[in-house]
Amino acid sequence: MIEFQLDTASGVATYLQLVQQVRQALQLGLLEPGDQLPTAQQVVAKLAINPNTVLKAYRDLEREGLVRPRPGQGTFIVGTLPRTDPATQARFLSSMTEWLGSARSSGLGPDDIEAIYRTAVRNCFAEGVA
Amino acid sequence: MTAIIETNELGKQYGRKWALRDCTLAIPEGKVVGLVGPNGAGKTTLLHLAVGLLRASVGSITVLGGRPDDGPAQLAKIGFVAQDTPTYARLSVAKHLRMGAYLHKGWDNELAKHRIDQLDLDPRQKAGSLSGGQRAQLALTLAVATRPELLLLDEPVASLDPLARREFLQSLMEIVANDGVSVLLSSHLVADLERVCDYLIILIASHVQLSGEMTELLGSHWRLTGPRRDPASLPSDQEVIEESHTDKQSTFLVCTNQPILDPAWAVKPVTLEDLVLAYMSNPRRPVHVRAAGLGVVR
Repeated sequence: MIEFQLDTASGVATYLQLVQQVRQALQLGLLEPGDQLPTAQQVVAKLAINPNTVLKAYRDLEREGLVRPRPGQGTFIVGTLPRTDPATQARFLSSMTEWLGSARSSGLGPDDIEAIYRTAVRNCFAEGVA
Repeated sequence: MTAIIETNELGKQYGRKWALRDCTLAIPEGKVVGLVGPNGAGKTTLLHLAVGLLRASVGSITVLGGRPDDGPAQLAKIGFVAQDTPTYARLSVAKHLRMGAYLHKGWDNELAKHRIDQLDLDPRQKAGSLSGGQRAQLALTLAVATRPELLLLDEPVASLDPLARREFLQSLMEIVANDGVSVLLSSHLVADLERVCDYLIILIASHVQLSGEMTELLGSHWRLTGPRRDPASLPSDQEVIEESHTDKQSTFLVCTNQPILDPAWAVKPVTLEDLVLAYMSNPRRPVHVRAAGLGVVR
């Protein structure tokens, strides 16, 4: 069983924080198929958040095929998250490093680069959603 | 959307002064709804009208399909915790429960006793000697043990210390999780509302400025910072809620459902507090929110 934490200063929606924590636990191997997630009552009693928020997070995870509710018992892990292929990671790390080097030699600092990165992520993923 | 509370041009007048005027709103069922607004917006008056403590001067109000003055059956459907969570100082905890059982047909004594146990309250202790947090929990217990369909709470945690506040909200959320009761909660403590509510209503001078699902409200408002710009030059789908300018820089709080593509802007999500303050400081600005399910009254 994992325990959820809430970062109220992050600006990330509460249900999304719960989703991310389950995904992370899966990627780290802390959760495996068959493991139970805390019930909505348990999460609510600890974090003082709206139970619908917990249910929304669990529904999202269910849609992704990661968890399944068993009536009267709770919500259980049924899926796994593949770890990203190390070769792919290495490939993107090297092209990112190259890009950062050229940004730096153009006079951009870490703050500029972070702003560009965040804008790019937002544009890229917002288009996918819209 | 089924409404638990619906008002139409509702007003309450004291002498020549209006405490609430021309208030039209609909509060959805099955949610924890936060009601925010400046002092004097009419929040308490609205809650008192909903439980029949006050009678409307004009307009209409429907609560769970009935009128607040429909009699005991109507009142039995509602649990109400008034401002500052009042209890009877000279009555013991146990006597509060006896009084509840005596006054309410549907009183659930098991539930009341269970909560008192859980809270570690001494049944013999007089309410007057309880801490603020314990008193609030006792008031909540009395309201919940009547097994209402709707819980109305007027600033329940305003006077509590942070720990008692958290414990109170934990209790409230456990009740919602277990019983599926609808809740309407007025509060100034926006950070608390962000945690516990899934629907928000901003009430200013009796009028609904903004209402909607919490996630949709937060997902449709952004703070833009960048070089100085005329608000008229923003894309038409970006509604400006608040703006400030220096000679070189502009900052906008905008409402939009479209991605913000202009690379000149640094775009940040807003907290609920930013959002509420922006609407409270710019009350006359007409607002359109186009997200599905968002209801905004101009």
